[in-house]
Amino acid sequence: MIRETGWGRYRNYIGVIIFAVVVGLVPVLAKKYVHVMTLIGIHSIVTMGLCLLMGYAGQISLGQAAFYGLGAYSSAILTVKFFPWLSVQMGQPDLESWWVWPWVAILVGMVFTAMVAYFIGAPILRLRGNYLAMATLGFGIVVHGIFKGFGLDFVRNITGGGTGIPGVPRLAIGSFAFWPKEIYYYLVWATTLLVLLLSLNIVNSRVGRALRSVHGSEVAANTLGIDTDRYKLQVLVLSAIFASVAGSFYAHYMTVAAPDAHSYGFTASVNLLVMAAIGGLASIWGAPFGAAAVILIKDTIRDVMPKLLKYASGEHEIIAFGLILVLIMIFMPDGVTVWLVDAVRRTRRRTA
Amino acid sequence: MDGTILKTVNLRKEFGGVVAVMDVSFEVERGEILAIIGPNGAGKTTLFNLISGVHPLTGGEIYFKGQRLNGLKPHVISSLGIARTFQNVQLFGNMTVLENVMVGRHHRSSYGLLAAALRLPRARAEEQEIIAKAREYLSMVGLAERAELNALSLPFGQQRMLEIARAMATEPEVLMLDEPGAGLNRPEKEELARLVEQIRQGGVTVLLVEHDMEFVMGLADRIIVLDYGEKIAEGTPAEVQNNPRVIAAYLGEEDVGFLRP
Ligand SMILES: Nc1ncnc2c1ncn2[C@@H]1O[C@H](COP(=O)(O)OP(=O)(O)OP(=O)(O)O)[C@@H](O)[C@H]1O
Ligand SMILES: [Mg+2]
Repeated sequence: MIRETGWGRYRNYIGVIIFAVVVGLVPVLAKKYVHVMTLIGIHSIVTMGLCLLMGYAGQISLGQAAFYGLGAYSSAILTVKFFPWLSVQMGQPDLESWWVWPWVAILVGMVFTAMVAYFIGAPILRLRGNYLAMATLGFGIVVHGIFKGFGLDFVRNITGGGTGIPGVPRLAIGSFAFWPKEIYYYLVWATTLLVLLLSLNIVNSRVGRALRSVHGSEVAANTLGIDTDRYKLQVLVLSAIFASVAGSFYAHYMTVAAPDAHSYGFTASVNLLVMAAIGGLASIWGAPFGAAAVILIKDTIRDVMPKLLKYASGEHEIIAFGLILVLIMIFMPDGVTVWLVDAVRRTRRRTA
Repeated sequence: MDGTILKTVNLRKEFGGVVAVMDVSFEVERGEILAIIGPNGAGKTTLFNLISGVHPLTGGEIYFKGQRLNGLKPHVISSLGIARTFQNVQLFGNMTVLENVMVGRHHRSSYGLLAAALRLPRARAEEQEIIAKAREYLSMVGLAERAELNALSLPFGQQRMLEIARAMATEPEVLMLDEPGAGLNRPEKEELARLVEQIRQGGVTVLLVEHDMEFVMGLADRIIVLDYGEKIAEGTPAEVQNNPRVIAAYLGEEDVGFLRP
């Protein structure tokens, strides 16, 4: 919690500033990590939402990538198809690639995704444990199916079917483009840090305590006047909004929204879950580290596996990844970050 | 005493075939300490669960200050002014001692998600108020020094005290304590008795489930006795002590010391 007096009350702000400086130096000092760090930033945003949902409100989601995908597809469909069409309809063809449209698309995506989360949340959140997991899993699969076109032509016309929607424009303000990628990197990480700060504020607030109380003891929370259903729904919607923003950023980064499972399907949902778990479900600060760990581990496995196994394939990757996850869950159930912090404390106490 | 604050009429709860509470009617006077006693499985906890809205009723009615509570959700009942503790302590293990009590201030404050995320001035002002009040209630139970510890790192006796502070932080009119003395040693129990008396002095009506008869006899104004879900006696400690049905119900129990003069 936040100390009310002294420097402690600024602890989160100081932490975020230090983190911002470190992150800000990457394009200057370590240019070759810009791409991977951009991906880490984008995934951190989703993971922080998942931490609020799972670690604080205690609700599992196996379909978080669907919200991420809804953001990406909203941005792609609106900027590639809808706004250019609208501009022509309005008799303003020069507005076809107006720089304002992508930003509007991001906002529309957020609102749309929030509404989807709200409407599926009301029935789904009444479920508990395994049933909630199954329901969110099902939701994720259905949404991913819609991205792929569902075998229906009119759906495929909107989502682009198997190929998706290429040609998503870069983000810009007036004539200033957030590109090359070193510049886009700063936009992504500024957003990530903002989301980090907002999340930390929420955790250390009346609302955050209400969320944590659901996890601690839902019955006790209820009898203390907390409408737990309402807060669960709120946090689901918030996590969906985070995911949607991240998805939009991803689409503008890749300049395409395509329905491969690694981005928006079940695999992606599991990846996000692992990011949250490694960072520590109940640790907002852990989220960026969890995202980094997963992305780096996956890259390493992809590099190393073929050297170890001659016929290594995608399946070996998944097995190795699963194995690491199981080991972490057994030995560091609170997440690697929390485990490391504790380990440092332990050794410090021993040397003291 | 000025009138009835809480009233049940033919309150009934069945779990499958088990009738846990069998058509129980009683009234609670404002400002009294009412003890509910009875052998294990008599339905005491279930009674609390019904009043606090944790379990839906099978039948009957509950009135609080004339308002019917049937079908209301626990969080609504809490905000009307009924607070409780739990027989198996239900603290929030993912929070500090102080934060546990701060949760009790939930409906005494109002800022929402957006104000929280942006740390608006309103949120900060309310938060200061929440902290100040929570500290008051911690001091009341003598835990002010332990504010920053994890709630579950407290010794058991203090956990029970913390639960009372958390319930009191909602500023209830009725406080229901489910076996607050269980697991406490003698000095802790004496402290608990003083605390309950102090809470009553503050104008709060107390419902108390307790197995320790010496404790109950010294503290309660009135006693209700449940047995197999049924109310078998009601009256002052002296009346209940001499009631033959009560003596019969407790025969076979080990702890019948209180029944002998
Ligand atoms: N959630 C439940 N589901 C099914 N049966 C229940 C439930 N809660 C209580 N019961 C049953 O209802 C009866 C009354 O239980 P209750 O816990 O109210 O007793 P109690 O008087 O509080 O006992 P104790 O002194 O042991 O705390 C018991 O037979 C119990 O098994
Ligand atoms: Mg009980």
